[in-house]
Amino acid sequence: MIKINNLHANIEGKEILKGLTLEVKPGEIHAIMGPNGAGKSTLASILAGREEYEVTEGSVDFDGLDLLEMDTEDRARAGLFLAFQYPVEIPGVSNINFLRTAMNEIREHKGMDPISAKEFMAMVKEKSALVELDPKLASRSVNEGFSGGEKKRNEIFQMAMLEPKLAILDETDSGLDIDALRIVANGVNTLKSDKNATIVITHYKRLLDYIIPDFVHVLYDGRIVKSGTKELAIELEEKGYDWIKAELV
Amino acid sequence: MEATLMTTNSTDFTKNWSPTALSFPKKLIEQATEFIETTHFPTTRDEHWKYTRLAKLSKQQFLQSKVAATAEFDSISNSNNRLVFVNGLFNAGLSNLTQSNGLTLTALSENSAVLNQTNVDVIDLFSAMNICFAKDGIHVHVAKNQTIETPIEIVFVQTGEQTAAVIHNQITIDEGAKASVILNFQSKNAKNTFTNVISNVSVGKNAHFTLYKMQTENETATFIGTENVTQERDSYFHIHTSTLNGLLVRNNLNIKVIGENADTHLNGMYLGHGSMHVDNHTVVDHTVANCESNELYKGVMADKSTGVFNGKVFVRKDAQKINAFQSNGNVLLSDDATINSKPELEIYADDVKCSHGSTTGQLDEEAVFYLRARGISEKAARQLMVSAFIGDVINKIDNTEVSDYLTSKLETMFGWDF
Amino acid sequence: MSYTEHELAKDLENQEYKFGFVSNIESDQIPKGLNEDVIRIISAKKEEPQWMLDFRLNAFRVWSEMTEPDWAHVHYQKPNFQDIVYYSAPKQTKKYESWDDVDPEMKETMKKLGISMEEQKRLTGVAVDFVMDSVSVATSFKSKLKELGIIFCSFSEAVQEYPELVQKYMGTVVPTSDNFYAALNSAVFTDGSFCYIPKGVRCPMELSTYFRINEGGTGQFERTLVVADEGSYVSYLEGCTAPMRDENQLHAAVVELVSLDNAEIKYSTVQNWYPGDKNGKGGIFNFVTKRGICETNAKISWTQVETGSAVTWKYPSCILKGDHSIGEFYSVAVTNNYQQADTGTKMIHLGRNTKSTIISKGISAGKSSNSYRGLVQIHKGAHNARNFSQCDSLLMTDECGAHTFPYIECKNSSAKIEHEATTSKIGEDQIFYCKQRGISEEKAIGLIVNGYCKEVLNQLPMEFAVEAQKLLTISLEGSVG
Repeated sequence: MIKINNLHANIEGKEILKGLTLEVKPGEIHAIMGPNGAGKSTLASILAGREEYEVTEGSVDFDGLDLLEMDTEDRARAGLFLAFQYPVEIPGVSNINFLRTAMNEIREHKGMDPISAKEFMAMVKEKSALVELDPKLASRSVNEGFSGGEKKRNEIFQMAMLEPKLAILDETDSGLDIDALRIVANGVNTLKSDKNATIVITHYKRLLDYIIPDFVHVLYDGRIVKSGTKELAIELEEKGYDWIKAELV
Repeated sequence: MEATLMTTNSTDFTKNWSPTALSFPKKLIEQATEFIETTHFPTTRDEHWKYTRLAKLSKQQFLQSKVAATAEFDSISNSNNRLVFVNGLFNAGLSNLTQSNGLTLTALSENSAVLNQTNVDVIDLFSAMNICFAKDGIHVHVAKNQTIETPIEIVFVQTGEQTAAVIHNQITIDEGAKASVILNFQSKNAKNTFTNVISNVSVGKNAHFTLYKMQTENETATFIGTENVTQERDSYFHIHTSTLNGLLVRNNLNIKVIGENADTHLNGMYLGHGSMHVDNHTVVDHTVANCESNELYKGVMADKSTGVFNGKVFVRKDAQKINAFQSNGNVLLSDDATINSKPELEIYADDVKCSHGSTTGQLDEEAVFYLRARGISEKAARQLMVSAFIGDVINKIDNTEVSDYLTSKLETMFGWDF
Repeated sequence: MSYTEHELAKDLENQEYKFGFVSNIESDQIPKGLNEDVIRIISAKKEEPQWMLDFRLNAFRVWSEMTEPDWAHVHYQKPNFQDIVYYSAPKQTKKYESWDDVDPEMKETMKKLGISMEEQKRLTGVAVDFVMDSVSVATSFKSKLKELGIIFCSFSEAVQEYPELVQKYMGTVVPTSDNFYAALNSAVFTDGSFCYIPKGVRCPMELSTYFRINEGGTGQFERTLVVADEGSYVSYLEGCTAPMRDENQLHAAVVELVSLDNAEIKYSTVQNWYPGDKNGKGGIFNFVTKRGICETNAKISWTQVETGSAVTWKYPSCILKGDHSIGEFYSVAVTNNYQQADTGTKMIHLGRNTKSTIISKGISAGKSSNSYRGLVQIHKGAHNARNFSQCDSLLMTDECGAHTFPYIECKNSSAKIEHEATTSKIGEDQIFYCKQRGISEEKAIGLIVNGYCKEVLNQLPMEFAVEAQKLLTISLEGSVG
């Protein structure tokens, strides 16, 4: 699904990613863990196409497409979804209008007709139930006045609506209480199929108790320094990131 | 019809004054003289004076003192560096000067060569008058990387009747230096005085400067003053203006930020009572990128007083990443009081965050009621509310001598307790 | 490379004016220039009564003594008032008995304007008065309104048919001497709309006027008077377009609203006069005086979406004379290329418990200049007056300007005034968020800008809101190649 090969990237002249390599296949859930400043969110930003970052070396192949050459919206249309760590507020634009515009742009890209209002509303009803999102929030402005938990659930709701091939959850667990965490995880697990894949970026193991990863990678100083299965997350939780640092020295 | 609306010729106003002996560049004096000869007093048709009438002032005549009189005065700080000016003339006997390292502090008359390079401009009638007739003022120079710990206090006291003080101050804070100055304007046994001040302030690279302007002249005093401030890169400038009394007070504050990463703070409070008229005009001109300015002015207008606030923020083309915030709050305590507020933004760069807010209202009656329900008298409740309102501004003063002086004045003048 | 904001800004510059075409309807013009004789000709052509001619001549004398104001934050070559044709009427001035009688070419013109009259007639029940250049062309639905006692007709017709109403109210809200352009309008206005809603009547449909400047070298000086008698309600819409022309054309209108006790007038404008080309050549000078007066418990609500004109000078205002009266001003002003707008409102609080709300959204792109100028004046007797103002500016490029000049004057201690203003750049993180969901940059900006203006767009009647949204998108998005 996605092959990241020897990725190097800078922001304002500072090298953040220093040769990151990762492959994710359909049906898999990968967790990327690491201490603050390791480059976790940078990776998410680069994959989504934020322009502040400069890729200096390496490649990303997304289902046969050269991802790094694509515009942000084309990546989204090709099925890449980023659940933002800090979802953006857009005053005056209703969630519904926003999603419908997004969905129709994606459908148009795929040569499909716009979704009918009836079909769309039925889908909204079904998918908002999945993340226990108050249907009233759907008619409010995008993320405006939402609580932290509501914003994160809204991200997963959008993911459910847009049905991406690859979802990247950037610190989706940050700021969530245990109930919200369970709801978000339940949404992600329900949406899992053998055709899509998920990359979960997190600092803590907590989320991985609910979203069971097939693989766990440790990102440290711009590189993946250790990979394993979910047991690696448990080991990290026990020993802390200093353990990795010590091992590297 | 037009003829009857003609305003007083400005030369009448200054006809008893003698020309300045300070060394302003000759060209500048010529320019100022011509300006006075050709310009009438501004009227309310002039946008800059829309809310401040000068008709009464323009018909009066004030006299400049020939020699420095003596007078009692209040001082704020226990500073060793204190200069006293009486009716605009330096009184060495009342002053207390300790030379500290890196600090030049003199009366301008004693060192007026520094004016050779002044960048003061004739921008209006009062700046022209100042250049033509300034008798004295201060010269403060803090040398590179020097820190002057205690504030330098300059007392300007007016005494006698119909006196005019025309004062020109030059303050230069060099690169990396740090200092604070108190300009303490007051009157003692005075009646119908006129004060015209210009203070030119230059804040160098990475310098840190705080200016406190305390105005407690009496209710017959007319005050027209201007601070022209330039800020270089990485500098910090904070001005705090407190206007407690006066008949007609006009403060012009012009800050021009010419270096990046500069930090600017403008705070002011004005308390109108009797038939006082107080007018604050501030301009923050962001000419370069990556700077921040914060402005908070609050006014409480009682009796028949009038308050004017005109705050302007410019963000020039290419001055990107500017954060400029401006806030003006007013409380009217009487139905005969007036407030005119004009907060303006003029923005020519796109990557900026600028905002202004202006509120005018009375005290929160619900809150007054709540306090009374807890046994506090109505009068005390109102005073408490006013204190809380104005307290925001006082809290911005980081020198305790200044804030103590201010709060004690407020207590004696208005009975407000902080 | 992805499409950047910079490229978008470029596209905006190249965007064509959608309504740019010149139609060839023969017109009846008088020679250029302005003097008392010209005014007599205009009055004679319109077969006006003596009082109307006297009003005009008086206005002309007042105007002759005045000088053109220059305090607004706009710069332009002042028009030569002797180089303007003050009367230009489409030749077919006979009244149409039915829509079918209207000249097909004129119908075509209207179609290009985006107003399909047939469709509107069929679907919405909007009554439309169509003022092309200076003369009212067709008013639909007149008979239906007549049953309710509502008068909706061209101003000229009102002068002939309802002289007592016109004489009673004309010039009471905007006196002839109010300002330079109002005085000019009072002297030379050729037509406009008149509307009277009788006591207690709620007008069942939106009343609408479309204005269009067609002839080259002409000025348009229309005059609108809306009187809502006690306890009545009316919603009035106004749309404006003009074809592309190289020279600047002058539009100086006067709109007077009278909202008597317990009455309410909602006045909405979508202004899309030709803004000039991307180099700032041509375009309409839009110098308009709009003001309403509210008696006891009355309400006036102005909503405007301003996307056109080379220079706009316009301050729809409310005089809140009666106790408990309410004034509202909702505005979106978009400027692009070399457009200049200085617009805002005046809320004059005279009565007790009067309330006003000001919501202004300015959007500047290209090299344009966009200023909000507003006055909130609380007079001594206006106990418990309330005002809330929110003025936001959005900047799209680093070559445009956005300015805010509010004047707040308060002489009553029980008044409460709140003014807030913000200026910011369009949010890059918002654009990115939209793009990550698959939305193109162009659409993203459209969404964000429409969202930003929502509080104002929500005030417009449905059909107009849709049109306004499209206009905003057209004004800002351009065609992405």
